[in-house]
Amino acid sequence: MNIKKYIKIYSLFLYTSIASELEYKTNLIIDFITAILSLVGSIFLLTIFFQNTDNIGGWNFEQALVIQGIYTILNGITNTWFNPNLTEIVKHIREGTLDFVLIKPIDSQFFISLKKIAPSGFLEIIIGFVLLFYCISINQININLGFLFLCLTTLFCSIVILYSLWFLISTTTIWFVKTWNATEVLRSFLYIGRFPLSSFSFSLRIFFSIFIPIAFITTIPSEVFIGIAQIWEISFEIIVAGIFFIVSRKFWFFALKYYTSASS
Amino acid sequence: MEDNIIQVTNLSKSFDISSKEPGVKGTLKHFFKRETKSIEVIKNVNFQIKKGEIVGFLGANGAGKTTILKILCGLIYPSKGKLSVADYLPYKRRPNFLKKITLIMGQKQQLIWDLPPIESFYLNAAIYDIEKFEAKKRIKKLSDMLEIEKELYIPVRKLSLGQRMKSELLAALIHKPNILFLDEPTLGLDINAQRNLRKFLQIYNKETDATICLTSHYMKDITSLCKRVICIHEGCITYDGKLDKLLKRISPVKDILIICKTDKDAKELSNSGFIIKNKSQKEITITIKKDSIKSTLKKILNKFDIEDLYINEPPVDEIIGNILIKKKL
Repeated sequence: MNIKKYIKIYSLFLYTSIASELEYKTNLIIDFITAILSLVGSIFLLTIFFQNTDNIGGWNFEQALVIQGIYTILNGITNTWFNPNLTEIVKHIREGTLDFVLIKPIDSQFFISLKKIAPSGFLEIIIGFVLLFYCISINQININLGFLFLCLTTLFCSIVILYSLWFLISTTTIWFVKTWNATEVLRSFLYIGRFPLSSFSFSLRIFFSIFIPIAFITTIPSEVFIGIAQIWEISFEIIVAGIFFIVSRKFWFFALKYYTSASS
Repeated sequence: MEDNIIQVTNLSKSFDISSKEPGVKGTLKHFFKRETKSIEVIKNVNFQIKKGEIVGFLGANGAGKTTILKILCGLIYPSKGKLSVADYLPYKRRPNFLKKITLIMGQKQQLIWDLPPIESFYLNAAIYDIEKFEAKKRIKKLSDMLEIEKELYIPVRKLSLGQRMKSELLAALIHKPNILFLDEPTLGLDINAQRNLRKFLQIYNKETDATICLTSHYMKDITSLCKRVICIHEGCITYDGKLDKLLKRISPVKDILIICKTDKDAKELSNSGFIIKNKSQKEITITIKKDSIKSTLKKILNKFDIEDLYINEPPVDEIIGNILIKKKL
Protein backbone atom coordinates (compact mmCIF):
# COMPACT_ATOMS: atom_id res chain seq x y z
CA MET A 1 0.00 0.00 0.00
CA ASN A 2 1.37 3.38 -1.03
CA ILE A 3 1.00 5.36 2.23
CA LYS A 4 1.84 8.72 0.61
CA LYS A 5 -0.90 8.23 -1.98
CA TYR A 6 -3.44 7.29 0.69
CA ILE A 7 -2.57 10.31 2.85
CA LYS A 8 -3.03 12.56 -0.18
CA ILE A 9 -6.37 10.95 -1.02
CA TYR A 10 -7.51 11.19 2.58
CA SER A 11 -6.65 14.89 2.69
CA LEU A 12 -8.86 15.31 -0.41
CA PHE A 13 -11.66 13.32 1.26
CA LEU A 14 -11.41 15.68 4.25
CA TYR A 15 -11.40 18.76 2.07
CA THR A 16 -14.34 17.69 -0.15
CA SER A 17 -16.42 16.56 2.84
CA ILE A 18 -15.90 19.78 4.77
CA ALA A 19 -16.51 21.86 1.63
CA SER A 20 -19.75 19.91 1.01
CA GLU A 21 -20.90 20.47 4.61
CA LEU A 22 -20.10 24.19 4.41
CA GLU A 23 -22.58 24.44 1.54
CA TYR A 24 -25.32 24.06 4.18
CA LYS A 25 -24.40 26.47 6.99
CA THR A 26 -27.66 26.21 8.98
CA ASN A 27 -27.52 22.42 9.03
CA LEU A 28 -23.96 22.58 10.36
CA ILE A 29 -24.94 25.00 13.17
CA ILE A 30 -27.91 22.80 14.15
CA ASP A 31 -25.59 19.76 14.26
CA PHE A 32 -23.20 21.61 16.58
CA ILE A 33 -26.05 22.65 18.90
CA THR A 34 -27.37 19.04 18.94
CA ALA A 35 -23.91 17.76 19.93
CA ILE A 36 -23.72 20.18 22.90
CA LEU A 37 -27.28 19.40 24.05
CA SER A 38 -26.63 15.66 23.81
CA LEU A 39 -23.61 15.96 26.13
CA VAL A 40 -25.52 18.16 28.62
CA GLY A 41 -28.31 15.54 28.63
CA SER A 42 -25.86 12.67 29.29
CA ILE A 43 -24.20 14.43 32.23
CA PHE A 44 -27.64 15.35 33.63
CA LEU A 45 -28.63 11.67 33.45
CA LEU A 46 -25.44 10.68 35.28
CA THR A 47 -26.07 13.24 38.08
CA ILE A 48 -29.61 11.84 38.55
CA PHE A 49 -28.16 8.34 39.03
CA PHE A 50 -25.61 9.57 41.56
CA GLN A 51 -28.15 11.63 43.54
CA ASN A 52 -29.37 8.44 45.22
CA THR A 53 -26.14 6.47 45.45
CA ASP A 54 -22.40 7.10 45.94
CA ASN A 55 -21.30 4.63 43.35
CA ILE A 56 -22.48 2.52 40.41
CA GLY A 57 -20.71 -0.84 40.08
CA GLY A 58 -17.90 0.42 42.33
CA TRP A 59 -17.37 3.65 40.34
CA ASN A 60 -17.95 7.03 42.01
CA PHE A 61 -19.27 10.09 40.13
CA GLU A 62 -15.82 11.51 39.33
CA GLN A 63 -14.69 8.15 37.92
CA ALA A 64 -17.95 7.62 36.03
CA LEU A 65 -17.34 11.00 34.42
CA VAL A 66 -14.22 9.46 32.80
CA ILE A 67 -16.44 6.84 31.14
CA GLN A 68 -18.69 9.67 29.98
CA GLY A 69 -15.63 11.42 28.48
CA ILE A 70 -14.48 8.28 26.66
CA TYR A 71 -18.06 7.63 25.50
CA THR A 72 -18.34 11.22 24.20
CA ILE A 73 -15.10 10.84 22.21
CA LEU A 74 -16.27 7.51 20.74
CA ASN A 75 -19.69 8.91 19.98
CA GLY A 76 -17.99 11.89 18.29
CA ILE A 77 -15.88 9.51 16.17
CA THR A 78 -19.03 7.53 15.34
CA ASN A 79 -20.81 10.70 14.24
CA THR A 80 -17.80 12.08 12.36
CA TRP A 81 -16.69 8.99 10.46
CA PHE A 82 -18.75 5.83 10.99
CA ASN A 83 -22.23 7.25 10.61
CA PRO A 84 -21.75 9.18 7.35
CA ASN A 85 -19.72 6.38 5.72
CA LEU A 86 -20.85 3.04 7.06
CA THR A 87 -24.56 3.75 6.75
CA GLU A 88 -23.83 4.69 3.12
CA ILE A 89 -22.58 1.15 2.41
CA VAL A 90 -26.18 -0.04 2.53
CA LYS A 91 -27.12 2.68 0.03
CA HIS A 92 -24.11 1.90 -2.20
CA ILE A 93 -25.12 -1.75 -2.38
CA ARG A 94 -28.86 -1.19 -2.83
CA GLU A 95 -28.38 1.38 -5.57
CA GLY A 96 -25.34 -0.22 -7.19
CA THR A 97 -23.07 2.83 -6.78
CA LEU A 98 -20.53 0.54 -5.14
CA ASP A 99 -19.56 -0.15 -8.77
CA PHE A 100 -17.79 3.22 -8.91
CA VAL A 101 -15.77 2.34 -5.80
CA LEU A 102 -14.81 -1.12 -6.99
CA ILE A 103 -13.54 -0.01 -10.39
CA LYS A 104 -11.09 2.45 -8.85
CA PRO A 105 -7.47 1.45 -8.17
CA ILE A 106 -7.83 2.05 -4.45
CA ASP A 107 -8.56 -0.11 -1.41
CA SER A 108 -12.36 -0.36 -1.42
CA GLN A 109 -12.61 -0.68 2.37
CA PHE A 110 -10.53 2.48 2.80
CA PHE A 111 -12.66 4.35 0.28
CA ILE A 112 -16.07 3.46 1.67
CA SER A 113 -15.01 3.82 5.30
CA LEU A 114 -13.37 7.22 5.06
CA LYS A 115 -14.81 9.04 2.04
CA LYS A 116 -17.03 11.37 4.08
CA ILE A 117 -16.83 13.13 7.39
CA ALA A 118 -19.46 15.05 9.37
CA PRO A 119 -17.55 17.95 10.97
CA SER A 120 -20.19 18.43 13.71
CA GLY A 121 -18.83 15.26 15.37
CA PHE A 122 -15.49 17.08 15.91
CA LEU A 123 -17.15 19.16 18.60
CA GLU A 124 -18.10 16.02 20.54
CA ILE A 125 -14.53 14.72 20.27
CA ILE A 126 -13.19 18.04 21.60
CA ILE A 127 -15.79 18.12 24.41
CA GLY A 128 -14.87 14.52 25.28
CA PHE A 129 -11.18 15.43 25.60
CA VAL A 130 -12.03 18.57 27.63
CA LEU A 131 -14.10 16.37 29.98
CA LEU A 132 -11.15 13.96 30.31
CA PHE A 133 -8.79 16.86 31.18
CA TYR A 134 -11.29 17.95 33.83
CA CYS A 135 -11.35 14.36 35.13
CA ILE A 136 -7.54 14.41 35.41
CA SER A 137 -7.80 17.28 37.89
CA ILE A 138 -10.78 15.99 39.92
CA ASN A 139 -9.40 12.45 40.11
CA GLN A 140 -5.86 13.76 40.82
CA ILE A 141 -4.28 11.65 38.08
CA ASN A 142 -0.54 11.81 37.42
CA ILE A 143 0.23 12.13 33.75
CA ASN A 144 3.33 10.49 32.29
CA LEU A 145 4.31 9.12 28.89
CA GLY A 146 3.42 5.51 29.77
CA PHE A 147 -0.02 6.62 30.96
CA LEU A 148 -0.64 8.60 27.79
CA PHE A 149 0.56 5.73 25.58
CA LEU A 150 -1.72 3.21 27.29
CA CYS A 151 -4.70 5.58 27.24
CA LEU A 152 -4.32 6.31 23.55
CA THR A 153 -3.65 2.65 22.68
CA THR A 154 -6.79 1.38 24.44
CA LEU A 155 -8.85 4.25 23.03
CA PHE A 156 -7.57 3.43 19.53
CA CYS A 157 -8.41 -0.26 20.06
CA SER A 158 -11.91 0.70 21.16
CA ILE A 159 -12.36 2.73 17.97
CA VAL A 160 -11.12 -0.25 15.92
CA ILE A 161 -13.55 -2.67 17.64
CA LEU A 162 -16.49 -0.34 17.18
CA TYR A 163 -15.59 0.30 13.53
CA SER A 164 -15.08 -3.40 12.77
CA LEU A 165 -18.39 -4.37 14.35
CA TRP A 166 -20.24 -1.75 12.38
CA PHE A 167 -18.42 -2.62 9.18
CA LEU A 168 -19.13 -6.35 9.63
CA ILE A 169 -22.85 -5.69 10.01
CA SER A 170 -22.89 -3.32 7.02
CA THR A 171 -21.06 -5.89 4.87
CA THR A 172 -23.90 -8.38 5.30
CA THR A 173 -25.93 -5.98 3.14
CA ILE A 174 -24.32 -7.71 0.14
CA TRP A 175 -26.57 -10.71 0.90
CA PHE A 176 -29.44 -9.18 2.84
CA VAL A 177 -29.57 -5.83 0.94
CA LYS A 178 -31.19 -3.95 3.83
CA THR A 179 -29.59 -4.01 7.30
CA TRP A 180 -30.36 -0.51 8.62
CA ASN A 181 -31.95 -2.01 11.74
CA ALA A 182 -28.86 -3.98 12.72
CA THR A 183 -26.67 -0.86 12.63
CA GLU A 184 -29.34 1.05 14.57
CA VAL A 185 -29.32 -1.67 17.25
CA LEU A 186 -25.54 -1.33 17.42
CA ARG A 187 -25.92 2.42 17.97
CA SER A 188 -28.44 1.78 20.74
CA PHE A 189 -26.01 -0.62 22.40
CA LEU A 190 -23.37 2.11 22.28
CA TYR A 191 -25.47 4.05 24.82
CA ILE A 192 -24.79 1.19 27.25
CA GLY A 193 -21.12 2.17 27.03
CA ARG A 194 -21.88 5.20 29.22
CA PHE A 195 -21.99 2.95 32.28
CA PRO A 196 -19.18 0.86 33.80
CA LEU A 197 -19.19 -2.80 32.83
CA SER A 198 -19.22 -3.77 36.53
CA SER A 199 -22.62 -2.10 36.98
CA PHE A 200 -24.27 -4.88 34.94
CA SER A 201 -25.25 -8.38 36.09
CA PHE A 202 -22.79 -11.21 35.38
CA SER A 203 -24.69 -12.54 32.35
CA LEU A 204 -25.02 -9.07 30.82
CA ARG A 205 -21.32 -8.45 31.46
CA ILE A 206 -20.49 -11.60 29.49
CA PHE A 207 -22.89 -10.54 26.72
CA PHE A 208 -21.52 -6.99 26.43
CA SER A 209 -17.91 -8.17 26.67
CA ILE A 210 -17.89 -11.06 24.24
CA PHE A 211 -20.84 -10.97 21.90
CA ILE A 212 -21.21 -7.23 21.53
CA PRO A 213 -18.17 -5.73 23.24
CA ILE A 214 -19.70 -2.28 23.61
CA ALA A 215 -19.39 -1.73 27.36
CA PHE A 216 -15.91 -3.21 27.19
CA ILE A 217 -14.77 -0.56 24.69
CA THR A 218 -15.47 2.31 27.09
CA THR A 219 -14.71 0.55 30.37
CA ILE A 220 -11.13 -0.58 29.64
CA PRO A 221 -9.84 2.85 28.41
CA SER A 222 -11.57 4.42 31.43
CA GLU A 223 -9.93 1.93 33.81
CA VAL A 224 -6.55 2.73 32.25
CA PHE A 225 -7.32 6.41 32.73
CA ILE A 226 -8.00 6.12 36.44
CA GLY A 227 -5.20 3.58 36.94
CA ILE A 228 -7.17 0.48 37.85
CA ALA A 229 -6.82 -1.51 34.61
CA GLN A 230 -5.25 -4.97 34.69
CA ILE A 231 -2.54 -5.86 32.16
CA TRP A 232 -4.58 -8.82 30.93
CA GLU A 233 -7.53 -6.51 30.20
CA ILE A 234 -5.36 -4.20 28.08
CA SER A 235 -3.79 -7.14 26.23
CA PHE A 236 -7.22 -8.67 25.74
CA GLU A 237 -8.56 -5.47 24.20
CA ILE A 238 -5.58 -5.19 21.83
CA ILE A 239 -6.06 -8.82 20.71
CA VAL A 240 -9.83 -8.40 20.30
CA ALA A 241 -9.30 -5.21 18.25
CA GLY A 242 -6.77 -6.97 15.99
CA ILE A 243 -9.03 -9.98 15.48
CA PHE A 244 -12.12 -7.87 14.80
CA PHE A 245 -10.29 -5.71 12.26
CA ILE A 246 -8.78 -8.67 10.39
CA VAL A 247 -12.13 -10.50 10.37
CA SER A 248 -13.97 -7.40 9.10
CA ARG A 249 -11.45 -7.01 6.28
CA LYS A 250 -11.45 -10.68 5.25
CA PHE A 251 -15.23 -10.76 5.45
CA TRP A 252 -15.50 -7.71 3.17
CA PHE A 253 -13.35 -9.28 0.45
CA PHE A 254 -15.20 -12.57 0.82
CA ALA A 255 -18.57 -10.78 0.54
CA LEU A 256 -17.50 -8.93 -2.62
CA LYS A 257 -17.41 -12.27 -4.43
CA TYR A 258 -21.17 -12.36 -3.95
CA TYR A 259 -21.77 -8.75 -5.01
CA THR A 260 -24.26 -8.75 -7.85
CA SER A 261 -24.53 -4.97 -8.37
CA ALA A 262 -27.92 -3.39 -8.97
CA SER A 263 -29.78 -3.66 -12.25
CA SER A 264 -29.59 -0.76 -14.64
CA MET B 1 -5.37 -13.69 -31.47
CA GLU B 2 -2.90 -11.16 -30.19
CA ASP B 3 -4.80 -8.00 -31.07
CA ASN B 4 -7.88 -9.13 -29.17
CA ILE B 5 -8.11 -6.91 -26.11
CA ILE B 6 -11.17 -8.74 -24.78
CA GLN B 7 -11.56 -12.51 -24.98
CA VAL B 8 -14.55 -14.32 -23.58
CA THR B 9 -14.93 -18.10 -23.74
CA ASN B 10 -17.92 -20.12 -22.51
CA LEU B 11 -18.89 -17.42 -20.03
CA SER B 12 -21.87 -18.14 -17.80
CA LYS B 13 -23.34 -16.36 -14.81
CA SER B 14 -26.10 -17.50 -12.47
CA PHE B 15 -27.92 -15.44 -9.87
CA ASP B 16 -30.04 -16.69 -7.00
CA ILE B 17 -33.36 -14.92 -7.36
CA SER B 18 -36.32 -15.26 -5.01
CA SER B 19 -39.88 -14.93 -6.24
CA LYS B 20 -42.94 -13.83 -4.27
CA GLU B 21 -46.59 -14.63 -4.76
CA PRO B 22 -49.04 -11.71 -4.43
CA GLY B 23 -51.20 -11.06 -1.37
CA VAL B 24 -50.80 -11.41 2.39
CA LYS B 25 -50.33 -15.20 2.21
CA GLY B 26 -47.61 -14.81 -0.41
CA THR B 27 -45.89 -12.09 1.63
CA LEU B 28 -45.88 -14.23 4.80
CA LYS B 29 -44.62 -17.25 2.88
CA HIS B 30 -41.92 -15.08 1.30
CA PHE B 31 -40.90 -13.79 4.73
CA PHE B 32 -40.72 -17.15 6.53
CA LYS B 33 -39.77 -19.54 3.76
CA ARG B 34 -38.12 -17.79 0.88
CA GLU B 35 -37.85 -19.85 -2.25
CA THR B 36 -34.81 -18.99 -4.28
CA LYS B 37 -34.05 -20.26 -7.72
CA SER B 38 -30.72 -20.17 -9.46
CA ILE B 39 -31.25 -18.47 -12.79
CA GLU B 40 -28.61 -18.56 -15.49
CA VAL B 41 -28.61 -15.01 -16.85
CA ILE B 42 -25.57 -15.48 -19.10
CA LYS B 43 -25.31 -18.78 -20.94
CA ASN B 44 -22.10 -20.00 -22.54
CA VAL B 45 -21.20 -16.73 -24.21
CA ASN B 46 -18.20 -16.46 -26.55
CA PHE B 47 -16.77 -13.38 -28.26
CA GLN B 48 -13.58 -11.44 -28.91
CA ILE B 49 -13.13 -7.70 -29.26
CA LYS B 50 -10.18 -6.11 -31.01
CA LYS B 51 -8.30 -3.05 -29.78
CA GLY B 52 -9.95 0.15 -31.00
CA GLU B 53 -13.27 -1.49 -31.89
CA ILE B 54 -16.61 0.04 -30.92
CA VAL B 55 -19.04 -2.76 -30.19
CA GLY B 56 -22.71 -2.31 -29.38
CA PHE B 57 -24.47 -4.81 -27.14
CA LEU B 58 -28.10 -5.13 -28.19
CA GLY B 59 -30.86 -6.81 -26.28
CA ALA B 60 -34.18 -6.26 -24.56
CA ASN B 61 -34.33 -5.26 -20.87
CA GLY B 62 -33.02 -8.12 -18.76
CA ALA B 63 -31.28 -9.84 -21.69
CA GLY B 64 -27.94 -9.78 -19.87
CA LYS B 65 -26.08 -6.87 -21.57
CA THR B 66 -25.28 -4.98 -18.39
CA THR B 67 -24.27 -8.18 -16.58
CA ILE B 68 -21.76 -8.92 -19.35
CA LEU B 69 -20.35 -5.38 -19.11
CA LYS B 70 -20.06 -5.67 -15.34
CA ILE B 71 -18.30 -9.03 -15.60
CA LEU B 72 -15.86 -7.48 -18.09
CA CYS B 73 -15.22 -4.60 -15.65
CA GLY B 74 -14.53 -7.03 -12.82
CA LEU B 75 -17.53 -5.98 -10.74
CA ILE B 76 -19.28 -9.33 -10.91
CA TYR B 77 -17.62 -12.73 -10.58
CA PRO B 78 -18.45 -15.08 -13.46
CA SER B 79 -19.92 -18.49 -12.53
CA LYS B 80 -18.19 -20.35 -15.35
CA GLY B 81 -15.92 -19.75 -18.32
CA LYS B 82 -12.73 -17.97 -19.19
CA LEU B 83 -12.21 -14.30 -19.81
CA SER B 84 -9.38 -11.90 -20.28
CA VAL B 85 -9.55 -8.11 -20.56
CA ALA B 86 -6.30 -6.32 -21.48
CA ASP B 87 -4.50 -9.54 -20.43
CA TYR B 88 -5.99 -9.44 -16.93
CA LEU B 89 -8.59 -11.49 -15.12
CA PRO B 90 -11.11 -8.70 -14.49
CA TYR B 91 -12.59 -10.01 -11.20
CA LYS B 92 -9.13 -9.91 -9.55
CA ARG B 93 -9.39 -6.11 -9.92
CA ARG B 94 -5.63 -5.51 -10.04
CA PRO B 95 -4.80 -1.77 -9.82
CA ASN B 96 -3.02 -1.86 -13.20
CA PHE B 97 -6.12 -3.37 -14.80
CA LEU B 98 -8.43 -0.82 -13.18
CA LYS B 99 -6.23 2.00 -14.52
CA LYS B 100 -6.89 0.74 -18.06
CA ILE B 101 -10.68 0.63 -17.91
CA THR B 102 -13.59 2.87 -17.10
CA LEU B 103 -17.31 2.40 -16.60
CA ILE B 104 -19.95 5.00 -17.34
CA MET B 105 -23.53 4.34 -16.35
CA GLY B 106 -26.16 6.72 -17.66
CA GLN B 107 -28.41 6.25 -14.66
CA LYS B 108 -25.82 6.45 -11.88
CA GLN B 109 -23.39 9.13 -10.91
CA GLN B 110 -20.10 9.35 -9.09
CA LEU B 111 -19.61 13.13 -8.92
CA ILE B 112 -19.83 14.82 -5.50
CA TRP B 113 -23.34 16.27 -5.55
CA ASP B 114 -22.76 19.49 -3.58
CA LEU B 115 -19.44 20.53 -5.11
CA PRO B 116 -18.40 21.68 -8.59
CA PRO B 117 -17.27 18.80 -10.86
CA ILE B 118 -13.65 20.02 -10.84
CA GLU B 119 -13.33 18.88 -7.18
CA SER B 120 -14.34 15.33 -8.15
CA PHE B 121 -11.89 15.41 -11.08
CA TYR B 122 -8.96 16.25 -8.79
CA LEU B 123 -10.02 13.51 -6.38
CA ASN B 124 -10.14 10.99 -9.22
CA ALA B 125 -6.77 12.21 -10.46
CA ALA B 126 -5.24 11.49 -7.03
CA ILE B 127 -6.83 8.02 -6.98
CA TYR B 128 -5.32 7.25 -10.41
CA ASP B 129 -1.86 8.61 -9.39
CA ILE B 130 -2.04 11.57 -11.76
CA GLU B 131 0.03 14.62 -10.78
CA LYS B 132 -1.94 17.85 -10.35
CA PHE B 133 -0.17 19.55 -13.26
CA GLU B 134 -0.97 16.65 -15.61
CA ALA B 135 -4.55 16.47 -14.27
CA LYS B 136 -5.03 20.17 -15.04
CA LYS B 137 -3.87 19.60 -18.62
CA ARG B 138 -6.20 16.63 -19.11
CA ILE B 139 -9.18 18.46 -17.57
CA LYS B 140 -8.53 21.42 -19.88
CA LYS B 141 -8.36 19.20 -22.96
CA LEU B 142 -11.39 17.07 -22.15
CA SER B 143 -13.51 20.03 -21.04
CA ASP B 144 -12.69 21.76 -24.34
CA MET B 145 -13.74 18.67 -26.27
CA LEU B 146 -16.92 18.29 -24.22
CA GLU B 147 -17.59 22.05 -24.19
CA ILE B 148 -18.07 22.27 -20.41
CA GLU B 149 -15.36 24.80 -19.45
CA LYS B 150 -17.81 27.03 -17.54
CA GLU B 151 -19.67 24.18 -15.85
CA LEU B 152 -16.51 22.94 -14.15
CA TYR B 153 -17.01 25.48 -11.35
CA ILE B 154 -20.77 25.13 -10.78
CA PRO B 155 -22.05 22.69 -8.09
CA VAL B 156 -23.15 19.41 -9.69
CA ARG B 157 -26.67 19.72 -8.24
CA LYS B 158 -27.16 22.92 -10.27
CA LEU B 159 -26.11 21.37 -13.61
CA SER B 160 -28.54 20.09 -16.24
CA LEU B 161 -28.66 16.35 -16.94
CA GLY B 162 -26.65 16.83 -20.16
CA GLN B 163 -23.97 18.91 -18.43
CA ARG B 164 -23.83 16.38 -15.60
CA MET B 165 -23.40 13.49 -18.01
CA LYS B 166 -20.55 15.29 -19.78
CA SER B 167 -18.93 15.90 -16.40
CA GLU B 168 -19.39 12.22 -15.50
CA LEU B 169 -17.66 11.35 -18.76
CA LEU B 170 -14.75 13.65 -17.96
CA ALA B 171 -14.42 12.14 -14.45
CA ALA B 172 -14.38 8.67 -15.98
CA LEU B 173 -11.81 9.53 -18.66
CA ILE B 174 -9.28 11.55 -16.67
CA HIS B 175 -6.97 8.53 -16.39
CA LYS B 176 -6.96 7.96 -20.18
CA PRO B 177 -8.48 4.46 -20.12
CA ASN B 178 -7.93 2.10 -23.06
CA ILE B 179 -11.26 0.36 -22.63
CA LEU B 180 -14.56 2.16 -22.08
CA PHE B 181 -17.62 0.32 -20.84
CA LEU B 182 -20.67 2.49 -21.44
CA ASP B 183 -24.01 1.39 -20.06
CA GLU B 184 -26.74 3.52 -21.63
CA PRO B 185 -24.65 6.70 -21.58
CA THR B 186 -27.28 8.85 -23.31
CA LEU B 187 -30.18 7.85 -21.07
CA GLY B 188 -32.51 10.80 -20.48
CA LEU B 189 -30.48 13.27 -22.57
CA ASP B 190 -32.10 15.54 -25.16
CA ILE B 191 -31.37 15.04 -28.87
CA ASN B 192 -28.60 17.66 -29.02
CA ALA B 193 -26.88 16.36 -25.90
CA GLN B 194 -27.08 12.81 -27.28
CA ARG B 195 -25.54 13.93 -30.57
CA ASN B 196 -22.72 15.84 -28.82
CA LEU B 197 -21.91 12.85 -26.65
CA ARG B 198 -21.78 10.53 -29.66
CA LYS B 199 -19.56 12.99 -31.50
CA PHE B 200 -17.24 13.14 -28.52
CA LEU B 201 -17.01 9.35 -28.29
CA GLN B 202 -16.20 9.09 -31.99
CA ILE B 203 -13.39 11.64 -31.64
CA TYR B 204 -12.10 10.01 -28.45
CA ASN B 205 -12.01 6.62 -30.16
CA LYS B 206 -10.21 8.04 -33.18
CA GLU B 207 -7.62 9.98 -31.14
CA THR B 208 -6.82 7.35 -28.51
CA ASP B 209 -7.69 4.09 -30.29
CA ALA B 210 -9.69 3.17 -27.21
CA THR B 211 -11.95 0.13 -27.30
CA ILE B 212 -15.58 0.93 -26.54
CA CYS B 213 -18.27 -1.52 -25.40
CA LEU B 214 -21.66 0.12 -25.42
CA THR B 215 -25.19 -0.74 -24.46
CA SER B 216 -28.01 1.60 -25.36
CA HIS B 217 -31.71 1.62 -26.06
CA TYR B 218 -31.30 4.64 -28.33
CA MET B 219 -30.72 3.09 -31.73
CA LYS B 220 -29.04 6.23 -32.99
CA ASP B 221 -26.21 5.56 -30.49
CA ILE B 222 -25.72 2.11 -31.97
CA THR B 223 -26.07 3.04 -35.64
CA SER B 224 -23.80 6.07 -35.49
CA LEU B 225 -21.09 4.59 -33.25
CA CYS B 226 -20.96 0.82 -33.76
CA LYS B 227 -19.94 -1.03 -36.89
CA ARG B 228 -20.22 -4.28 -34.98
CA VAL B 229 -23.03 -5.43 -32.74
CA ILE B 230 -23.52 -8.37 -30.41
CA CYS B 231 -27.19 -9.27 -29.97
CA ILE B 232 -28.16 -10.95 -26.72
CA HIS B 233 -31.41 -12.74 -26.03
CA GLU B 234 -32.07 -14.36 -22.64
CA GLY B 235 -28.35 -14.57 -21.89
CA CYS B 236 -27.31 -16.09 -25.25
CA ILE B 237 -25.61 -14.41 -28.18
CA THR B 238 -27.96 -14.52 -31.16
CA TYR B 239 -25.79 -12.48 -33.52
CA ASP B 240 -22.22 -11.20 -33.54
CA GLY B 241 -21.10 -9.28 -36.59
CA LYS B 242 -21.46 -6.16 -38.71
CA LEU B 243 -24.54 -4.03 -38.12
CA ASP B 244 -25.10 -3.43 -41.89
CA LYS B 245 -25.11 -7.13 -42.60
CA LEU B 246 -27.59 -7.76 -39.81
CA LEU B 247 -29.95 -5.05 -41.02
CA LYS B 248 -29.89 -6.46 -44.54
CA ARG B 249 -30.45 -9.99 -43.29
CA ILE B 250 -33.15 -9.20 -40.82
CA SER B 251 -35.10 -6.78 -42.95
CA PRO B 252 -35.93 -8.28 -46.35
CA VAL B 253 -38.71 -5.70 -46.78
CA LYS B 254 -39.13 -2.14 -48.01
CA ASP B 255 -41.74 0.47 -47.25
CA ILE B 256 -43.43 2.26 -50.18
CA LEU B 257 -45.21 5.53 -49.52
CA ILE B 258 -47.82 6.10 -52.21
CA ILE B 259 -49.61 9.43 -52.60
CA CYS B 260 -52.79 8.89 -54.60
CA LYS B 261 -54.42 11.62 -56.67
CA THR B 262 -57.97 10.89 -55.47
CA ASP B 263 -59.63 9.51 -52.35
CA LYS B 264 -61.23 6.85 -54.51
CA ASP B 265 -57.82 5.52 -55.65
CA ALA B 266 -56.57 5.58 -52.07
CA LYS B 267 -59.57 3.56 -50.94
CA GLU B 268 -59.18 1.04 -53.74
CA LEU B 269 -55.45 0.72 -53.11
CA SER B 270 -55.96 0.04 -49.42
CA ASN B 271 -58.39 -2.75 -50.32
CA SER B 272 -56.08 -4.41 -52.87
CA GLY B 273 -54.51 -6.94 -50.52
CA PHE B 274 -51.23 -5.12 -49.74
CA ILE B 275 -49.84 -5.03 -46.20
CA ILE B 276 -50.81 -1.54 -45.07
CA LYS B 277 -48.43 0.03 -42.57
CA ASN B 278 -49.87 3.55 -42.39
CA LYS B 279 -52.81 5.30 -43.90
CA SER B 280 -53.86 8.94 -43.84
CA GLN B 281 -56.30 10.28 -46.48
CA LYS B 282 -54.47 10.02 -49.83
CA GLU B 283 -51.15 8.79 -48.37
CA ILE B 284 -50.69 5.07 -47.91
CA THR B 285 -47.55 3.22 -46.78
CA ILE B 286 -47.33 -0.43 -47.77
CA THR B 287 -44.66 -2.99 -46.84
CA ILE B 288 -43.45 -5.35 -49.55
CA LYS B 289 -40.73 -7.95 -49.96
CA LYS B 290 -37.54 -6.58 -51.54
CA ASP B 291 -37.64 -9.13 -54.37
CA SER B 292 -41.13 -8.13 -55.44
CA ILE B 293 -40.53 -4.38 -55.81
CA LYS B 294 -40.59 -4.38 -59.61
CA SER B 295 -43.80 -6.37 -60.05
CA THR B 296 -45.61 -4.53 -57.24
CA LEU B 297 -44.72 -1.09 -58.62
CA LYS B 298 -45.82 -2.13 -62.10
CA LYS B 299 -49.16 -3.28 -60.73
CA ILE B 300 -49.74 -0.09 -58.73
CA LEU B 301 -48.74 2.28 -61.55
CA ASN B 302 -50.97 0.49 -64.04
CA LYS B 303 -54.00 0.26 -61.84
CA PHE B 304 -54.07 3.52 -59.84
CA ASP B 305 -53.69 7.23 -60.48
CA ILE B 306 -50.56 8.07 -58.51
CA GLU B 307 -49.30 11.58 -57.70
CA ASP B 308 -46.00 10.58 -56.06
CA LEU B 309 -44.17 7.56 -54.71
CA TYR B 310 -41.26 6.95 -52.27
CA ILE B 311 -39.36 3.74 -51.55
CA ASN B 312 -37.83 3.58 -48.04
CA GLU B 313 -35.99 1.16 -45.79
CA PRO B 314 -38.02 0.55 -42.62
CA PRO B 315 -36.68 2.65 -39.67
CA VAL B 316 -33.68 1.08 -37.95
CA ASP B 317 -35.43 1.30 -34.56
CA GLU B 318 -38.17 -0.91 -35.88
CA ILE B 319 -35.78 -3.50 -37.30
CA ILE B 320 -33.71 -3.58 -34.15
CA GLY B 321 -36.86 -3.75 -32.06
CA ASN B 322 -37.66 -6.99 -33.89
CA ILE B 323 -34.12 -8.26 -33.36
CA LEU B 324 -34.43 -7.84 -29.60
CA ILE B 325 -37.32 -10.27 -29.31
CA LYS B 326 -35.96 -12.92 -31.68
CA LYS B 327 -34.29 -16.04 -30.35
CA LYS B 328 -32.54 -16.81 -33.63
CA LEU B 329 -31.25 -14.36 -36.22
